[in-house]
Parts: sequence; structure tokens; C-alpha cells
Amino acid sequence: MTASIIRRLIQAIMVMVAMTVIVFMAVNVIGDPVHILVSPDADQAERARVVQELGLDRPLWEQYLHFVRGALEGNLGKSYVYNESALKVIVQRLPATLELAVCAMLFAVLIGIPLGLYAGLRPHGIMSRIIMTVSILGFSLPTFWIGMVLIMVFAVELGWLPSGGRGDTAAFLGVRWAFMTRDGLHHLMLPAFNLALFNASLVLRLTRAGVAEILPLDFIKFARAKGLTEGRVIGVHVLKNIMIPVVTVVGLEFGSTVAFSVVTESIFGWPGMGKLIIDSINVLDRPIITAYLMIIVVFFVMINLLVDLIYTALDPRVRLQGQEP
Amino acid sequence: MSASGAVMAPVVKSSAILEVRDLRTHFVGETGSVKAVDGVSFSVKRGRVLGLVGESGSGKSVTGFSIIGLVDPPGRIVGGQVIFDGRDLTRVTREEMRGLRGRRIAMIFQDPMMTLNPVLRIDTQLIEAIRAHADVSQAQARAWARDALGMVGIPSPEERLHAYPHQFSGGMRQRVVIAIALLHKPDFIIADEPTTALDVTIQAQILAEVQKLVAESDTALIWITHDLAVVSRLADDIAVMYAGRIVEAGPVAEVLDRPLHPYTAGLIGSVPSRNRRGERLQQIPGMMPSMLHLPKGCAFRTRCARADAACAADVPLLPVGDREYRCFHPLIEVPVTEMPA
Amino acid sequence: MSAEDLSLLPASAILPIGEEAPFRQTARAYLRSSGAIFGLVLLASIVGLALLAPLVAPQNPYDLLQLDIMNSRLPPGSESTTGMIFWLGTDDQGRDMLSGIIYGLRISLSVGVSSALFATIVGTSAGLIAAYAGRRTETVIMRIVDLQLSFPAILVALMILAFLGKGIANVVLALVIVEWATYARAARATALVERRKEYIEAAEALAIPRWRIVFTHLLPNCLPPLIVIATVQVARAIALEATLSFLGLGVPVTEPSLGLLVANGYQYMLSGMTWISFYPGVALLVTVVAINLVGDRLRDVLNVRGRI
Repeated sequence: MTASIIRRLIQAIMVMVAMTVIVFMAVNVIGDPVHILVSPDADQAERARVVQELGLDRPLWEQYLHFVRGALEGNLGKSYVYNESALKVIVQRLPATLELAVCAMLFAVLIGIPLGLYAGLRPHGIMSRIIMTVSILGFSLPTFWIGMVLIMVFAVELGWLPSGGRGDTAAFLGVRWAFMTRDGLHHLMLPAFNLALFNASLVLRLTRAGVAEILPLDFIKFARAKGLTEGRVIGVHVLKNIMIPVVTVVGLEFGSTVAFSVVTESIFGWPGMGKLIIDSINVLDRPIITAYLMIIVVFFVMINLLVDLIYTALDPRVRLQGQEP
Repeated sequence: MSASGAVMAPVVKSSAILEVRDLRTHFVGETGSVKAVDGVSFSVKRGRVLGLVGESGSGKSVTGFSIIGLVDPPGRIVGGQVIFDGRDLTRVTREEMRGLRGRRIAMIFQDPMMTLNPVLRIDTQLIEAIRAHADVSQAQARAWARDALGMVGIPSPEERLHAYPHQFSGGMRQRVVIAIALLHKPDFIIADEPTTALDVTIQAQILAEVQKLVAESDTALIWITHDLAVVSRLADDIAVMYAGRIVEAGPVAEVLDRPLHPYTAGLIGSVPSRNRRGERLQQIPGMMPSMLHLPKGCAFRTRCARADAACAADVPLLPVGDREYRCFHPLIEVPVTEMPA
Repeated sequence: MSAEDLSLLPASAILPIGEEAPFRQTARAYLRSSGAIFGLVLLASIVGLALLAPLVAPQNPYDLLQLDIMNSRLPPGSESTTGMIFWLGTDDQGRDMLSGIIYGLRISLSVGVSSALFATIVGTSAGLIAAYAGRRTETVIMRIVDLQLSFPAILVALMILAFLGKGIANVVLALVIVEWATYARAARATALVERRKEYIEAAEALAIPRWRIVFTHLLPNCLPPLIVIATVQVARAIALEATLSFLGLGVPVTEPSLGLLVANGYQYMLSGMTWISFYPGVALLVTVVAINLVGDRLRDVLNVRGRI
């Protein structure tokens, strides 16, 4: 098992190295690095000083190493707009995005698993067909469109929930969160639901497929032959087997959810990383873009690694590979 | 479910612990209806072993699942009775049936690799079976589970409780399954080819183990198999199934020594150990007909050398002494080795 | 012709006597589902509307001479200063929404179709090359595919547009970069299966040049899954383009797609003028659903379920 973790780690590091190359190329070859690293209103002398300081007259590979060294030290440039370290600006927005994404994942699981179980246990029922049809819509409709409709229905027409913003926040573990206050939770509902729909459809379909696959197996029949209640057969024997693919997907999709929060945050005016990156792209605040990219890459690689570990914990067959004779 | 709300099944007097009467289990599909079990009757007494023998697709496994009420859809019991200890199991409520399963009626499955849930630990799977029927604490259930594993010959049961199924060999897994089946000292066990998937040596161990446990606890046992050698060692009685019906039944020694039905004779003839060295192994010509298109009358007549026009009529189960057979041309005087091929 | 000779031909060329050509067979099977017929009719009308936009639209929404600021933000069914009826209302520039939507469909569809087309060409070539070249070429191509697919489409597209800037050509380029990997993976998977079939082995034995084998034998037999993917990807591309435009990173204001129309109206939605944003959204939704209906049926009919 240790060997496989080390192998995964090496792969992860290789992906990160590859991504630093791509980001470096994007910033330094396509764009003008001086333009990126010095504010546009700097004078000629300032520019020359920066060119020398950054070693832009040096060979490309040396520049690359310099870039990597900076990245490792957490130095990814200074935001033009906020006039602060780009990394710091992004990290400040991280909690808002995280709570949105986590809440969306929670919704996805809470909606997807029960409906998927229902559709799997009664595959030919009318309700099951309706559920499956709606889940296709959940896949194919653009997130921003659904978000808009949600605002129109629940905020404009019914007036039940606020249309945007994050609401009040309260401190927890030294960070301010919206989910700690009633008002914040109110603001969180619609965007989280919006962001959840795609994954809810995904979880739903996975669960249904899993039920259809597991139900006819002998160990389910044997569980029934032991005289277990139907609740225990479904809730423990079926569900525990389904959780393996579901957790894998939920984990892997967490990264995508953070990425897709770009759309949801823009619609609902949620002040997270996603809204920040859109605003930064619109004003060409390139240090922020670069930093965001690097953070997202690290994030994705970490998620993939974490999913592997959780997967191993859930499936004893994987966990004990290598220990077995 | 409250007892007052449930309709009690009528009490029927019977000396046998289980009596199956004219059981019919059909599978209705788009291409037609398959009569997997079509009018099967037999009974089993306490402490006795019935060998239910037949080729795959003969309906022997479906018979087993029908008794315990676990036929997969689209299969359904469409007729007959399963009388267990005076109650008709085809008419009890779902909750009553659940209360009987695992407590008074147990089942052992064919493939031990598939019978235990791969993601649950052995102790979980034992303890949940104990607590489904007994009001005991977690600790008591644990001790019970440990003793059960010890009883079926699993070494250091305390440690093995923490293991997952895939850490056991096939034989050990089947022992765990048997331990689970025996937890509540059931009156009656259905064993569906439980040794087919195992090595021959392990098979022998398991057989000896089961024989001992059944004798000790006075349990009735139905052993579903296609293996006549196993039946001859283990069973008291035998019922031979073909295409959803019993074609011959009786005490095991008599049936195997002097089969009445040509199909039984054919089965016996195709067991290698029964043939002398150098002699050609006999086989039954042809294949079992599709269950969707069974011939009228005797389903075996298309493969039977003795069949004639009379066999197109429905054959009743004819009694002779303590035996029964379903054939117009029984092999009463014909020795096994001269059975026409 | 003996059985061995037959195996030299691609599977699609072998027609048992009395059977229809594959295309007609597929068409016939397709038409057996009423939902799929509905999808096809819907899609055909949408494409027709888009193609004939100048003829069917009540006004040319980009001809400034036809616009009157007095007509701005009128609700659906209002009459213009010149007596024209705005069935779906007008936007903040006094533009007829119905016309705007019909012209917007043009942009959305052409972006979706052209990106899917280029992505098919790039991706299929890459996949076939990987399958046929094997060894290091295959490893390199498939690693890039894996890396690409491990990042969400929206993120990759956003970053490309962040560095390249707005514009239809850039959007198409971004979509191609996002999508090619899917085709490459499918093309390689199918090609690896087809390669082992006898007709390819026979062609190889006859020393037919590799590129010829790939293009005349391998490619036609890889088409069914690629057609299905392409259909679904057009819908995905349209939705993604709409999302990018909604975020202000897609098409320019001078050539508004459906997504940009939605974005333009979005600011008025909270003040109750929902039509400016809502109807373009409905048009987008209907288009995406119609394409998916057709794609789903094609997947069943061409029997590629589970292969992609």
C-alpha cells in the first residue's frame, strides 16, 4: 500500500510540474511578463529595473526555475487591483467558495442518493421515470440558466430567499463563515442548490445503476435469508457497496464543483474565488489569474490523492492488496 | 406488524417439518412464461436429509428459493402450498416470513465467494444475523458469533471475527456461511449446491461437518445438487427433478440402485465412478429442452429411448411402495448398465 | 465470394441479401421513437430558423437604423412606434427580442457546430494516430488526454480566454481545446477494438499503406461512436459558450449569442423585466434539449452505449 501511495505522490508531483510549465509558458511567452509583473503606469527606468531584477535577459529555463522558486515561496506576484499579494487575496476568498462547494456537495448527496435508491428499487415505476427524466435535464441545462430561474422563482416571485450576496458571517476557527449565521444560511441555500444540481443528477444515476447491479447478487439474497429487515438490507448491505463509486465521484467532482462555482458565484454575487477570478479576468489582473491557476492545480492534485485514500479506506479489497499472500 | 392485524395462515397437520404441495413458480417474461417449478410435491422430516437432484435449469434451485420466499422477480409462486410446521409459507405476511428466515429456516448458497458481503466484516455479518432474531447485547452477540465460528471448525475465531470475507479461502467462507445458517438452530436448512464451488478435499470436510451438525441438532435438510455421489453419501431420500417437475423420488439407496425413471438411470449412468474402467461412459443424448417450449406430456420423451406415442399424454406421479415415479415405461427389471443409450 | 474474402471488407460493406443499407436501417430504427422524432423536428426547425434568420426575423437587430430607443424595454406583445408588434418584448436598446433570439441562435449554433467539427478532426486524428502508432507516441498523446480530462472544461476554457481575450474565433479555439480529448479517447478505444478484427489484419497482410488502412478501413468503422459524441458535444459546446458569454468572456457584444443575450437582460431581471433574459434562456434550453434528444436516440440506434 505504501508503494502505491508513493507512486501516486510521484504522479501528482509530475502533474504539478507539468502545470507550472504550462502556466509559465502562458504567462511568459504568450503574455508580456513585464506587463504582468509591473503595474502599467510604471516608467521606463522602473521597467528596466524589473527586467534585470527578474532576470528576463537570462535563458528561459533559468527564468522557469526562478518562477518555480517564487511559487514555492508563495510569491506569485502582486494584484494590480488590490495591491496585495495575489496569493493572499485569493486565500481570503477561499472560505466562501469552500462553504458553497461543500454545501452543494451535501445537497447533491442528500438529493441524489435517496432518489437514486428509489429509482433503483422501483425501476419501472412512473415516479422513477420522472426522476430519471429530470436528472437528464440536470445534466444538460447550463448552470447559469437554472440559477437565473431559481432567482426568478424563489427570490423575485416568491420572495422566500435572497437573490444574491453572502449575508452575515460569523467567526469559526478564526475564519468568517456564512453558514454560522441564520442570514448567511439563507443566502447560501439558492447558490448551493444551483451548484448541486449537476452533481445531484450524477449521484442519482450512479446510485440507481449501483442498486440495479447489487440487488440481484447472492450476498443480498443471503442477507435476506438471514432474516434481516428490508431497511437493513438496503441501508447497510446495498448502500455500503454503492458508497464506493459514489464517494469516488463526489470526491473527484469536488474539484469541478469548485471550478463551476465560477458561474454560480457570478450569478448570485457570492464573494468567493470564482467571482474574484471572473472580475480579475475582466480587468486583466494577471497575477491573480496566475495564482488562481496554481492554487487550482494544487487543489485538484490533492483531491485526486485524497479520493484515492478514502477509496482505499472504504473498500477492504483495495486496502489489503499487497498485504495478502 | 401486530399479530392481530395479520391473517393467520390455516394450521395444517403434518408429521413432516416441511411439506411442499403442488408448488408452482413461474417466470412471466416478454417472450412467454417459464414454468420453472410446475407442480412439485415432497416432504422432509426432522433429522432427515432430502437430496434434490437435477441438471441446471431443472428448477431445483427455484424450488429452494420458493420455500424461503426469495424468488427474484419476475418469478412468482402462482400455486401450491409450502407447509412449514403447520403454516403455509406462501400465505404468511412479509414480516412473519422475515421472522422465520434465518431463525427457523436457513439457507446456504452455492458460491461462498458471492454469499458474504465483501465490504462488511465477518463479525458484522454474524452479529446482524444474531440480533435480527435474538434480543441480546452487542457483547453477547459477539461471544455467540465467536462460538458459532468455533463450532464450524474455524481456527482462532476471536481474531477471524475482524476479518473481511476476501481474507478467507473459499472453504473457510463456506464454513462462515454455515455458521450463520446454524446460528439460531433452525428446524430446517436449504443447501443450494454448497460444495460445488469448492475443491474436492474441502468438499469432503464440509460434507462431514454438515452431516455431524444435522445429526446433532435434529435439523431437516434439503441438499440441492447435481452431484449424485454427494447425495448417495449424505441424503436419506432423493427427489430427481427434470424440467420443473419431480420425475422420481424415494429412499436414496433404492432409487440409486434400482432407478425407475429412464432419466434417473441416465444420470446414474453418466457418473464416472459408477462405470467400470475401460467401459465407455454413458451419456443422456440431446439437451434439456428450452423451458419456453417444453414438449407435451413427458418432458423427457424427446431424449428417451423408451418413449412412444403414449408419452405425449400427461404422466401422473405413480406411487410404488415408499417410492414415486413419473413414467409410463419404468425400468423395473432393467439393470443400470444395460440402459439403452 | 467465399467467407474469407468477405472478411477483407469493412463490416459495414457486408450486406446480407435482403437487408437495407446501414443508413436506411439506422434511419428506420431512429424513427421508431416518438420522442426522438419530436427532437429531430424541433432541431430541424431551430436550424432552419437560424439559417433563414434574415428572411424570418421581423427586424435586423444589428441594423441601428431599425432601432428606436423609444422602444426600449417594452414587455412582450407591445406595439412599436411604427406599429410593429414585439411578440417577445424588447431589450434596453429597443431591439426586438424575437429577432435578437433568431440571430443569436445563428451565432450559438455556428460556434457549437464549428467547434465540434474541428474538435472531431483534431481529436479523431490524435486518437487514431495513438492507436496505430502505439508505443511512445500513444503514451504521450494519451497522457495529455488524461491530464486534459482531469480538469473541468469550464476552467480550461476560462483560462484560455483569459490569456487570448474575447472573440468568436477564440471561443471556438477554446472549445476545440476543451473537447478534442474526448474524441481522442473514444477514437483510440474504438480503433483498438477494430484493429484486431480480421479485415484490418487482412489489409495489413496485403501491405496496404498504413495511412490508407487508417483512413479507408479504420475510420469508417469508428464513426458511429464519434457521431454520437459529436452530437452531444455540440450541445455541450453551445451550453459552454453560453456560459462563457454570460460571464462576459465569450463572444463580443457586436455578435451576441443566446448566452450574451441572457447576460444583457440579467441586470433587469430583478426589477421585474424578466423577458429580456428569460426568452433567450428558453431558446437556449430548447436547443440544448433538442440536440440531446437526438443524441440519446442516436446512441441507442447506433448501439454505442457503454462504448464511450
